[in-house]
Amino acid sequence: MQNWWSLKWHEIRANKHSYFLMAPYMILFAVFTVLPVLVSIVLSFTYFNMLEFPKFIGWQNYTRLFLEDDVFLIALKNTLLFAVITGPISYIACFVFAWIINELSPKLRAVMTLVFYAPSISGNVYFIWLMIFSGDRYGIMNGLLLRFGFILEPILWLKTEGYIMPIIILVQLWLSLGTGFLAFIAGLQTVDGTLYEAGAVDGIKNRWQELWYITLPSMRPQLMFGAVIQITTAFAVADVSIALAGFPSVNYAAETIVTHLIDFGTTRFEMGYASAIATVLFLIMVASNLIVQKLLRKVGE
Amino acid sequence: MNIPFQVNARRRIGHAVRMPKKRVNRSAWGTFSLFALLTLFGAFMILPLVYAINNAFKPLDEIFIFPPTLFVRHPTLNNFVDLFNLLGNSWVPFSRYIFNTVFITGAGIIGHVIFASAAAYPLAKHHFPGKKVLFTIVVLSLMFTPAVTAMPNYMIMSWLGLIDTYWAVIIPAFAYSLGLYLMKQFMEQIPDVLLEAAKIDGASEYRIFWTIVMPNVKPAWLTLIILLFQILWGSDGNGFIYSEQLKSLHFAAGQVVAGGIARSGAAAAVALILMSVPITLFVFSQSRIIETMATSGMKD
Repeated sequence: MQNWWSLKWHEIRANKHSYFLMAPYMILFAVFTVLPVLVSIVLSFTYFNMLEFPKFIGWQNYTRLFLEDDVFLIALKNTLLFAVITGPISYIACFVFAWIINELSPKLRAVMTLVFYAPSISGNVYFIWLMIFSGDRYGIMNGLLLRFGFILEPILWLKTEGYIMPIIILVQLWLSLGTGFLAFIAGLQTVDGTLYEAGAVDGIKNRWQELWYITLPSMRPQLMFGAVIQITTAFAVADVSIALAGFPSVNYAAETIVTHLIDFGTTRFEMGYASAIATVLFLIMVASNLIVQKLLRKVGE
Repeated sequence: MNIPFQVNARRRIGHAVRMPKKRVNRSAWGTFSLFALLTLFGAFMILPLVYAINNAFKPLDEIFIFPPTLFVRHPTLNNFVDLFNLLGNSWVPFSRYIFNTVFITGAGIIGHVIFASAAAYPLAKHHFPGKKVLFTIVVLSLMFTPAVTAMPNYMIMSWLGLIDTYWAVIIPAFAYSLGLYLMKQFMEQIPDVLLEAAKIDGASEYRIFWTIVMPNVKPAWLTLIILLFQILWGSDGNGFIYSEQLKSLHFAAGQVVAGGIARSGAAAAVALILMSVPITLFVFSQSRIIETMATSGMKD
């Protein structure tokens, strides 16, 4: 054992330049990413209001979360609904559009890439949708429906419970063709062209078989990467909800886990409770990532 | 035989690119329906932005015309004039918001590119104890959303005395994990012989990093710059910055939009200004970014 340690120590000393190069990044990474996650997990077992020293209360935050907090259950339901709808749809959309775009000529490809990527890069301009779904008759959506006689009075889109979720899902989908989409376009360009010729010889009949047996397996790394990005964004819906439906939204119709977290963390200063919410969200994300990655390994088999 | 254009394109993107060429196994009906799909959804993606652009040039009476129109009929720059007057009269001058956003974005990007590259180089090219663990943690952190860490982050910021300073937004951006991940994958493409040669010539690790590795990963810088630009440009320092004169353009925009009907013209102008900068940047760097992501051969 003594030997193993001295060997390791020797190795570490021999590589001290590597550690020096990494130090600035890794220290900041530890302070602003790793440490907060650990702190959050620890705090989730305490009562902490930012003024007094945290008091250990065991699983109490968690039992309160699942058994007593009705709004959290709404938030959980909404978030899962978001994730289940926007996650897969935007993931598949990212791939399908990247796949079609890849067959265009280079110039047209550049234009279409921009068309699909522009919403997510344009930086929090989703308040355009506030004008589109404005509750008076000057909003584009009300204006169109009134003009063609589908409705007689303008609808308060973002103040009516039934419409809030569908609209936020729509806007979230609009925003979600981001980094994953770019990675897919890039991935499609790395697929070895000779594989398709070989596939044609081996009896691949149409483009769908080509897609399943050649294209998808060849870009598995990008598929994994895209999945991580999409899952994380799908579970973290908050900005769009707050910008469109307000905070809190009508009857909590647009409450998500993250808005609930913001509510307890920044409005009520119940840090222990907010940390429990964050921990639950974190676990959900990691679990769904593991499941999806397992599924993706089966692609093309 | 290749036509010259193809030769160039191949060389530019290296081995990675497959030039689009006619392939077998294509049905005309399938092609048609796929392109119909592309056009339809393309319209869905772009129309709100087209609407935003047109709105910015609409005179006020046209914004409130019934039925509402998508395209502007009598374009005017009045909205921009209004916006600048409005913000010129506000307590904090508009130029201050612009400076704040540009400073936060610029400083964050420069620090991130240098720190992430310096950390990516050993991870990509050296072997040392703990390398696997460190990289795994970074990859895992891609799965966090900032919201999970927002509360403890606030406490850490306040312990460090960073609350209500630019640095509360800038410093965490230095250690943003997606950048390190992409940079590490890209650096793995640098041939080892290049580094070996420099080592034999007596260059230190730091010199190798600065004079050989960094120039070779320039295309990847651009990707990091764009990714981080999106994040920082859209950030409003929400929760960390309270002083009015330290707030960002995005915050100012929110104020204008919150101003209601009388401000509709100015709000449309703000929307256009906010979105045009990152989109322009992307237009000029698009091919390089995709190239980086293609050659970086992401691995699971």
